Amino acid sequence: MKLLNRTLIAAAVSTGMVGAASAKDLVVVSWGGAYTASQQNAYHAPYMAANPDINIVNDDSANGAVAKLRAMQEAGNVTWDLVDMVASDAILSCDEGLAIEIDHNAVLAPAPDGTPALEDFGDLVVSPCFIPQIVYSTTFGYRKDKVGDTPPTSINDVFDLAKYPGKRSLEKKPINNLEWALLADGVPADKIYEVLGTEEGVDQALAKLDTIKDEVIWWEKGAQTPQLLADGEVVMGSTYNGRLFSVIEEEKQPVGMMWDWQVYDLDGWVVPAGGKNEADVLEYLKFATDTQRLADQAKYISYGPARASSAPMVGKHESLGIDMAPHMPTAPDNASNTLLYNYEFWADNVDDLTEVFQAWLAN
Amino acid sequence: MSDAPLVTVDGTPLKVSLGRAKRKAKIRALLLVAPLFLFILLTFFIPIMSMLLRSVDNENVAYTLPNTADLLAEWDVDSGDLPDEAVFAALAADFKAATVSKEDDINATKVGTRFNYEKSGFRSMFRKTNKIFEKGGVEPPYKEAFIKINKRWGDADYWRVMQREMRGKTDSYYLAAVDSGYTDDGERAMNKPGKRIYLKLYGRTLGISLLITCICLLLAYPVAYLLSILKSRTSNLLMILVLLPFWTSLLVRTSAWIALLQKEGVINSVLVSIGVIDDANRLLMIHNATGTIIAMVHVLLPFMILPLYSVMKTIPPSYMRAARSLGATPFTAFTKVYMPNTVPGIGAGAILVFILAIGYYITPALVGGQSGTLISNEIARHLETSLNWGLAAALGALLLVAVFALYLVYDKIVGIDNMKLG
Repeated sequence: MKLLNRTLIAAAVSTGMVGAASAKDLVVVSWGGAYTASQQNAYHAPYMAANPDINIVNDDSANGAVAKLRAMQEAGNVTWDLVDMVASDAILSCDEGLAIEIDHNAVLAPAPDGTPALEDFGDLVVSPCFIPQIVYSTTFGYRKDKVGDTPPTSINDVFDLAKYPGKRSLEKKPINNLEWALLADGVPADKIYEVLGTEEGVDQALAKLDTIKDEVIWWEKGAQTPQLLADGEVVMGSTYNGRLFSVIEEEKQPVGMMWDWQVYDLDGWVVPAGGKNEADVLEYLKFATDTQRLADQAKYISYGPARASSAPMVGKHESLGIDMAPHMPTAPDNASNTLLYNYEFWADNVDDLTEVFQAWLAN
Repeated sequence: MSDAPLVTVDGTPLKVSLGRAKRKAKIRALLLVAPLFLFILLTFFIPIMSMLLRSVDNENVAYTLPNTADLLAEWDVDSGDLPDEAVFAALAADFKAATVSKEDDINATKVGTRFNYEKSGFRSMFRKTNKIFEKGGVEPPYKEAFIKINKRWGDADYWRVMQREMRGKTDSYYLAAVDSGYTDDGERAMNKPGKRIYLKLYGRTLGISLLITCICLLLAYPVAYLLSILKSRTSNLLMILVLLPFWTSLLVRTSAWIALLQKEGVINSVLVSIGVIDDANRLLMIHNATGTIIAMVHVLLPFMILPLYSVMKTIPPSYMRAARSLGATPFTAFTKVYMPNTVPGIGAGAILVFILAIGYYITPALVGGQSGTLISNEIARHLETSLNWGLAAALGALLLVAVFALYLVYDKIVGIDNMKLG
């Protein structure tokens, strides 16, 4: 018995020492599921292989991360080292002082041809705290077996209950829905935010949405529309293009893509202010956001790399073996009509218009 | 003999000695509850109080813009003019100080986000201005310089909001929580009908929670009765069935309801295949209030069954037999004898279910659609997404007040002592 105890203590002490002497943990917060897996394969695993002193720990709590980050900062104990956020949340974090500002050209790797990082990312650097990673889009999927021989091809079809009867699923927030309503109501794309800036414009958009309100299932989580489509609950619905890709190509459901007026949005990294391993994280970011790594991620998930220099390097899907370039939201065939999420407009108006939108929903 | 005080063997008066013993017992009791008391104080009471204080807290604005706050107080809002050059100069000094400050609390863009809750447009206005000051700032005349950065600096309506919200304590979160706010003239007023939402959601939350409580009571009463009269071997087995849902994750249970209730779901498909309804008129049982009610009744049912069961178990069967032998009909025996004895269980179950129902937000978010979402969904949204914690705190505080009011009504009608949890 005594001997056993002694061995146990020895074992405990030695593992403790090994733990202390080995890698330093970097806590990277992301969305979990297929997305974190793509980052693990494209960024984390090769980085850890090259840097044995770093151990990257995945934390799947990116949902509501800004709120958690603020709570951590107020408590004076920021335990995260790097957080994956959509661009609008990155802007909010930056405004709230929750993230550090990045000198992109100094911190990040230039493109292989020497183009500085800031130029390679172009206007996708929408906030000084934000390092873009992928371009994704919110677009429509439809049930092939429920639309006959004439699949929907335009945003007008979403609002056409006579031609495509049945439920639609839309996200339970004003962003994207108000824009689509105005486009379907005949407002030219370059006038949308001018119109939405006025009360009459908002009323016009809501009136257009009124025409389909009874036939809409409102979703809050990205997984809902793919599920509703797979179950045949809705005839068409909006969601992120990567989710639709996996429904169509991986799960082989009878679902088609409708790219008309897809809305581009960005997702990327934010370094929390007050994090304990800032220098190590910046070192990691230099690797994880270089041209090759961003192109590699597209092997695992159908989101477009944020660097211009990565686009030509997008190859085939790792396990399905299909060519990924035509599935990118930025592929020319998919991108005839597109909007880019208007960060400035929504940063100013999201509080107000969400209230109006929720009131419209409740009435 | 009778006048002399009673003493113990060692001569101390009995009263003193008794008091000593009692005090010891009291201290022991206090020490025993102290860990729980401290735990509740630290992890529940203090965090909730500090959260509630946010609903009025507005100190950060004047702390970040001290010079502007001082000078702007003297500006006459109704003059129709913009504040004078001195105010703009003070603002420039504040922005300059904020960009070089190392303090977390001094952050101009954060103040912009705060003002944006009052009026749309402040966020980009403060962010752009801050950027200019980070790059070195502006030269006088400051008024023109600011208006050149963003034309909203030349709009008196924005200045009016700034002047008002320089105060250290604000009522604007509470106003927003009851669908009100300040007009452009600075008067408090109800929002336009198209922007009223929270009062409606409070009403809906209370209504749906009451309905859920009633349905739970109706469903749980016979089950608890059955459990209480069966032999313990059978009733233990049935009790496991009652508790089974507790062992399954809430999300799994909610998803299972989606699979059952949706239009192409199990129930609709069975009804269509046996010809009760036709294919075109499938029932809408989810993504609306019905879905919220069904899923929440299922989740909360055990909280009603358990207190009822524990009370019913203690009612001797001889009571009913006595009533019957004295000539009462089964119905009278039930209403006059059995039911009144179960009131403590009904009270406990109803309070548990109602309080839990009021705070639910995951289930309504997934199955509630537009008619089945509750006030807690909005509170969660302001906490997690919009980051407007002041408004979330105000909404939460009002919900707390509503629950306390209902508690007092309950105490008046049923009596809170008349409640038994087990």
